[in-house]
Amino acid sequence: MAIETRERPAVSDEPQREPQLGAHLVLQALVREGVEVIFGYPGGAILPVYDALPYYPIHHVLVRHEQSAAFAADGYARATGKVGVCMATSGPGATNLVTGIANAMMDSIPIVAITGQVPQSVIGMDAFQETDITGITLPITKYNMVIRSVDEIGPAIQKAFYLARSGRPGPVLIDIPKDVQLAKGYLAPRQELRLPGYRPTIVPHRRQIRRAAELIRQAKRPLILAGHGIVISGATEELVRFAERTQIPVGLTLLGISGFPASHPLCLGMVGMHGHAHANRAIHEADLIIGIGMRFDDRVTGRPSEFAPNAKIIHIDIDPAEIGKVLKTEVPVVGDAREALRLLLEEVEPLEHDDWIGMIRSWYRPIRTEPSGPDGALQPQYVIARLHTLTEGKAIVTTDVGQHQMWTAQLYRCDIPKQWISSGGLGAMGFGVPSAMGAAVGRPDAEVWAVVGDGGVQMTLNEFATIVDEQLNVKVAIINNGYLGMVRQWQQLFHNRNYSETPISSPDYVLLGQAYRMPARRVTRPAEVDEAIAWARSFRGPALIEFVVNQEENVYPMIPSGGSFRDMIDETRFEGEW
Amino acid sequence: MNVRSHTLVVLVEDKPGVMNRIVSLFRQRGFNIDSIAVGHSETPGLSRITLVAQGDDRKIEQLVKQLYKILEVIKITDVTDENPIQRELALIKVTATDRNRSDIIRLVTDVYQARIVDATPDSLIVEVTGPPEKVDSLITMLRSYGIKEIARSGVIAMARGTRVVAPEAQSVVA
Repeated sequence: MAIETRERPAVSDEPQREPQLGAHLVLQALVREGVEVIFGYPGGAILPVYDALPYYPIHHVLVRHEQSAAFAADGYARATGKVGVCMATSGPGATNLVTGIANAMMDSIPIVAITGQVPQSVIGMDAFQETDITGITLPITKYNMVIRSVDEIGPAIQKAFYLARSGRPGPVLIDIPKDVQLAKGYLAPRQELRLPGYRPTIVPHRRQIRRAAELIRQAKRPLILAGHGIVISGATEELVRFAERTQIPVGLTLLGISGFPASHPLCLGMVGMHGHAHANRAIHEADLIIGIGMRFDDRVTGRPSEFAPNAKIIHIDIDPAEIGKVLKTEVPVVGDAREALRLLLEEVEPLEHDDWIGMIRSWYRPIRTEPSGPDGALQPQYVIARLHTLTEGKAIVTTDVGQHQMWTAQLYRCDIPKQWISSGGLGAMGFGVPSAMGAAVGRPDAEVWAVVGDGGVQMTLNEFATIVDEQLNVKVAIINNGYLGMVRQWQQLFHNRNYSETPISSPDYVLLGQAYRMPARRVTRPAEVDEAIAWARSFRGPALIEFVVNQEENVYPMIPSGGSFRDMIDETRFEGEW
Repeated sequence: MNVRSHTLVVLVEDKPGVMNRIVSLFRQRGFNIDSIAVGHSETPGLSRITLVAQGDDRKIEQLVKQLYKILEVIKITDVTDENPIQRELALIKVTATDRNRSDIIRLVTDVYQARIVDATPDSLIVEVTGPPEKVDSLITMLRSYGIKEIARSGVIAMARGTRVVAPEAQSVVA
């Protein structure tokens, strides 16, 4: 490439002799923070940075909409554990990032968003493409800042990356006025950051650990609820050891999936609104809940007053504001999930809960995965189950939001941490394709499946172009039921089947794939499923399969919003009473 | 739990945008701020904010935890249950005539220990300092004369005795 012949400015902590443009200092600071990839889109107010970009060892992925840049940075961060970076111009570029930033905030994902801004001389003048992006993103960033002089570039970028990845991770936005990009100065060496108001507790208090261990010893029916914090802190090994030693079964939140191996005998799978019935019943019957790296979200608890009615609560989380927010907690433990589990392992002796585990097993009913429904239509659950079997659970799976997301969470039994990527807290449709793109850029050797619905995919299918440009190993599986399925399910169950604005048409996805030069197939019958998946896996690079499925299939079990375990709706009703 | 008035003393780094972050958090979490007063503290670079807001104890505790997540917030103390010294300053412009001027002056100076700081043929400006209840009380009494304008500073508070609301000096290395 031509850029290789150009001389690269040195990036080191050596003092620079000649002053350089702020735009160069921005990129030097990014390289210094270890940035290898930026998902972005150029524009007027960020042009100086784009002018300097070819001189630096950073791979820029040109997205087709800035929202996808933020989602891709998010997917990159989840798949690699590194900080994801997205970049956009001022005004509409910056506002288009907003949904992706909010998504990263809700799910504690470390991303740094860089936005160009109009020159400081016209800030506040309603200049062309001026928006107050730091004002707009104030409640949806962990921190945001405007760089007001060229001298601040180094320290600001160092601070942004430190804040994004440390403590409870989250998005940080840096707004850089164009005049700062064009001013000349020096990159200050990395130095100790003075952040007197930011002191995340990593190692928990030993006394709280001992109190937790005491409750664990006494419990007859204990249950671990493992959340995203397990994945973020890399605590899988510690959690497996802890669960095995104490023989405590593990339920997973939506984002806890992959944090504890699904194939482990103590794994109960997902809990919550569409969690497995036996897992939710275990919560209902438990006498101790150990929440680790999770926040008792309403999709987990339903009506909090009836959640785990017989249980004491141990709550381990790095964010003290999450403890006691929803439930009364007997033992709060503030700290990193991995550190907490390490300390707990020092305090607990081997335990046995054979009766309790046997009881939970007796409640188990598999999620139905028949190939076809009563009218012969392909069943979506079957597609996911086959995808799991054929990929042996080893693919990175991203999802969009809706029914397909829940079926995938139930049936794609993920064993490897960081290989489950889904929009949890925000529930942002359009996430599936761009997050798969980010994951594939970060993990080029991995097989990445974006399982998406026909609604969500139409929000960001412009990124097919990016996936093809980059020849990413992304296989898009569209579960097409002709509806905004989850909303339709709510309409069916709670709004008298008034399917208001939920039937949705689709383009011909096979033709669309061809238009984007993306190999594409359509599957309408169960017999074609295995062959199509095998076809998509037979080559490296993008592929698209449209699965035309049973239109009115529902996700079960289901605990209606704000309900309790007693309100659970399940096709495969239990025998017995509770 | 019962809703009551809480007085929070918040020490923050004196940087642009900090007040916005704090006030925005109250808005975001649905709290109304009854009173807010800001000024420099005893430590250079630190400002002291006194906030008064209504809420039950659990919600206020949650709010305090959320406030701590603002990077520039150094220390928050809920002084509500510590019987702190609370003071507010108010300037009250009240209509005065030849007939009632001496009544007003007597009320303000003798009963409330407040001061007259400006006088014209048909108005007086009263300066009163004290606990917010005292300010409220004087305002109630002056209403019958006709209040033209009120400016209140917001409450400031300080714990009694030797105990201080002070930051713990610490820094974090990246």
